[in-house]
Amino acid sequence: MTSNPMAGAVRRGRQYVPLLVTSVLLVLMFSVGSVQYDGFLSGQVLLNLLIDNAFLLVVAVGMTFVVLTGGIDLSVGAVVALSTMLSAWLVERHGWPPLLVIPLVLVVGTVAGFVMGWVIHSFEIQPFIVTLAGMFLARGLCYTISIDSISITDPTYTAFAQTRIPLPGDLFVSPSVLVAVGVVAVAFVVLHHTRLGRNVYALGGSEQSALLMGLPVARTKIAVYAVSGFCSSLGGVLLTFYMLSGYGLHAVGLELDAIAAVVIGGTLLTGGSGYLLGTVLGVLVLGLIQTLISFQGTLSSWWTRIVIGGLLFVFILLQRLIVGRRKV
Amino acid sequence: MPAQSAQQPVLEVRGIRKEFPGVVALDGVDFRLFPGEVHALMGENGAGKSTLIKVLTGVHPSDGGEVVLDGRPVRIAGPLQAQLAGISTVYQEVNLCPNLSVAENILIGREPRRFGLVHWSELRRRAAESVADLDLDIDVSAPLDSYSTAVQQLVAIVRAVEVSAKVLILDEPTSSLDREEVRQLFAVMRRLRDQGVAILFVSHFLDQVYEICDRMTVLLGGRLEGEYLTGELRQVDLVARMIGGEPSDPGEPSDSARREPAEGADAPPFLRADGLARSGAIEPYDLTIRSGEVVGLAGLLGSGRTEAARLLFGADHSTRGSVRIEGAEVSLRTPRTAISHGIAFCPEDRKTEGLIGELTVRENIVLALQAARGWTRPLSGTRQDEIALHWIRALGIRPGNPEALVRNLSGGNQQKVLLARWLITDPKLLILDEPTRGIDVGAKAEIQKLVADLAGDGMSVLFISAELEEVLRLCHRVGVLRDRRLVAELPNDGSLTPESIMATIASGAQS
Repeated sequence: MTSNPMAGAVRRGRQYVPLLVTSVLLVLMFSVGSVQYDGFLSGQVLLNLLIDNAFLLVVAVGMTFVVLTGGIDLSVGAVVALSTMLSAWLVERHGWPPLLVIPLVLVVGTVAGFVMGWVIHSFEIQPFIVTLAGMFLARGLCYTISIDSISITDPTYTAFAQTRIPLPGDLFVSPSVLVAVGVVAVAFVVLHHTRLGRNVYALGGSEQSALLMGLPVARTKIAVYAVSGFCSSLGGVLLTFYMLSGYGLHAVGLELDAIAAVVIGGTLLTGGSGYLLGTVLGVLVLGLIQTLISFQGTLSSWWTRIVIGGLLFVFILLQRLIVGRRKV
Repeated sequence: MPAQSAQQPVLEVRGIRKEFPGVVALDGVDFRLFPGEVHALMGENGAGKSTLIKVLTGVHPSDGGEVVLDGRPVRIAGPLQAQLAGISTVYQEVNLCPNLSVAENILIGREPRRFGLVHWSELRRRAAESVADLDLDIDVSAPLDSYSTAVQQLVAIVRAVEVSAKVLILDEPTSSLDREEVRQLFAVMRRLRDQGVAILFVSHFLDQVYEICDRMTVLLGGRLEGEYLTGELRQVDLVARMIGGEPSDPGEPSDSARREPAEGADAPPFLRADGLARSGAIEPYDLTIRSGEVVGLAGLLGSGRTEAARLLFGADHSTRGSVRIEGAEVSLRTPRTAISHGIAFCPEDRKTEGLIGELTVRENIVLALQAARGWTRPLSGTRQDEIALHWIRALGIRPGNPEALVRNLSGGNQQKVLLARWLITDPKLLILDEPTRGIDVGAKAEIQKLVADLAGDGMSVLFISAELEEVLRLCHRVGVLRDRRLVAELPNDGSLTPESIMATIASGAQS
C-alpha cells in the first residue's frame, strides 16, 4: 500500500532499460568504427546514415504504432513498392504533375492501411494474416502496372533527389531527412501527448481493459494501420526520390527491417511498451551495421543480415528477461 | 441512509432478458436502484448476477426488456456509453492497463488537455488528488503493474469514482482485498453513498453485505426472487432465498465437515517435503501430508500459499529441498511428473490457468484423462459422454449439458468442471488453491462436502483458502504462512479458532 519515492523511481526506470541498451550499443558501434577506420569519425557519415535510411525511418515510425498495439503490419514493404510504382507510372507514362501524384499516393497507402485495420477489427482476424494478404495484394498490383522498372526523368523528382541542404561545417542532408525528422517529431507528439497515442498504449496493455474503460478501441485499432499505411506510402515517396524509379522489386523484405528496427529500439512485440525514440535508435543501429560493413570492405553485404539476426535474438532475449522479472 | 421508496429510482430495469447459446442467463428480471443507497445483488452462481451487470454496462446487449436511467429509457450500446450515462463499474478482475501509470489508468479517456495535447502535470495532479481523496497512498506516476492486485483494485475504484458516477457497480471488489483494505473501501463507499451515489454491490461475503448494504435484490436461476431491506431479512432467510430451499437450511454446515483421517493420525505420510524452497517465492518449509488427511494452508494474500503449492506440483522449480512421495525421493520438475505420481492441482485463477473457455464441459472434463492416456489411445465419443454425464451429475454441474461452452458457465460451476477433470484421474493428492473463491454459498458447501468425502475415501488434500472458517471446518492440520514463510503448523483439535490463526499470522510465531 505505502510506496516510497525511491521504489517508484526504480519501477519507472525499468521501462527505459531497452532504450538505454540500444543507445549504448549505438555509441559502442560508432566508437569501434571510429577507431578501426579512417574517415569514419565524421559528421557526414552520421548524416549519411539518415540520408540512406530516411524512408526506412518513416516506415518504422508507422510500424511502431502498430506494434505498440500488439499488432504487426507485414504489408509495409509492398506498399512502399506500390507507391514507387504508382508514382513512376503516373508521372512518366501519364505525365501527371508530381504535386498531384504525391498526395494521391499518400491517400492510396492510407486507405490500404485503413481497410486492413477495418478488416482486422471488424472480423477479429489476426493482423499477421490480414497484412500478409495486403502484402501479396500490393506487391502483385505493382506487376499489373509494369513488370519492369520505370525510371523517372521528371525534373521535379530529379531536382528533389539532387538537392542538398547545407548545414554548418561543410555538412549536408537531403530533403528526405527533413521529411523523416518531421514525421518522427509529429509521431512523437501524437504517441506521447495525445489521446490517440495514449489509447494506442492502452490497447497494447490490455485490449479487454481498454474496451471496458470505454476507450475507442475500434477507432484506435483502425487508426494505427491507417497511420502505418500512410507512413509506408510516404516512405515509398521518399524511396522514389532516392531511387528515381518505380519497381515491383523495390523494398523487398523492408517490413522485416522495419520490425527489426522497432524491436531493437526496445518496443515489446506484445505491445504496450516502447518509445518512438527507440525506433529512431533502432533504425540508426541497422544503418550503422551497413556502414561498418561497407567500411570494412571485404565482407559481403549479407553480413548485414547476419548481424541484424544476431542482434534481434539478443534483444528479444533481453525483453524476455525484463518482462519476466516484472511479473515476479 | 436507507433509500426512501418515495424517491424515484436512478436506475430501473424492467423485464430484461439475455440468452447465451444453451443458457438463458436472465429471464425477465426487474431491478431498481435508488440514489444514496448501497444495494446488494445476491444470488447463487448462475443466478445471472454477472450477466445483469454486463447488460447494465453495455458489455452484452440485452435480448429484451428496457433500462430506465433517471426516468428516461436508455439504450446502453457499450461501456463508453454506460460511463457517459453515469454508470461506472469495477469488475472482479482488475480491468486496467498494467503498462500505463496509475495516473493514466485513473484518467485515460478523460485526460485533461491543453492545446489539444495531454496536460501531463495536470493529469498527475488530478490523479494524485483523487487518490488522496480516498485516503490512499499510491505513487500515481509509477506503472500500475508495479503494484499488487489489491492496490490495482483500489486504483480501479478510484477510476470509477473519478468519473463522478451516478451509479457505481462493484462486482466482487473485496475478493482480493485484506481486512484493512476492505475497511478502507467501505469508508469510501459510505462517503459516496452519502453524496447520493447509487452503489450496486456484489459480494459472496454475507457479513460484508450485511455490514454495508441498505437493500438487496435476490436472483434465482436467472429470475427475480425478490427485493428486501437488509434489516428485515435474516441471513438464514437470505441464504434460503438464494438457493431456493427451506429457510431451515443454513447453507453453510455449521458443524465440522471434517472427519478423522481414515487411517488415523499416524498413517504413513503420502508426501513429505523437507526444506523445500524457491528463492524469491517461498522460504524453506517442511510439510507432511498423510493419506486421507486434509491439510490447510492459511495466510494473507501474497503470503506464499500458492507458491508453496506450486512447488509440490512441479509448476515451479524448487531451488532447494527435497520431496518424498510414499517414502521414495522424487524430483518434481514438471507438472507431468507430479501428475504421474498422483498429484492434481486446481489453480486459483481457474480462467487463465485451468479451464479452456472455448471448449465444452465434456471436452474440459476429459482433457486430463486423455492427456494421461496419451494421444495414441483416444477415448471414444460415447465413453466421453458417459464420463462427462457421470461427473455433471455427481458434482451437480449446471447447466447439465455436456456440450455447453465452459465460458458460459458461472464461476462455481466452472470450479466444479475443473474438479471433475482432476477427479477422473483418481489422484492421491489433490491440491486445491482457493477452490471456493468467488462462488456462492450453495456451491461452496457442496465443494466442501466433496472435499471431506474424498478425504474420507483416503485421498490426501492440500486445501488453500483465505477463509479461515472454511479451513477450520475442513482441515485436520493447518499450516500458517506469513511473508513467504511457513511460520506454524497447528493441529485442528477443536481448540483452534479463526482468531487464534489470525493471531499466529499477526505474530508470526514459530511453532
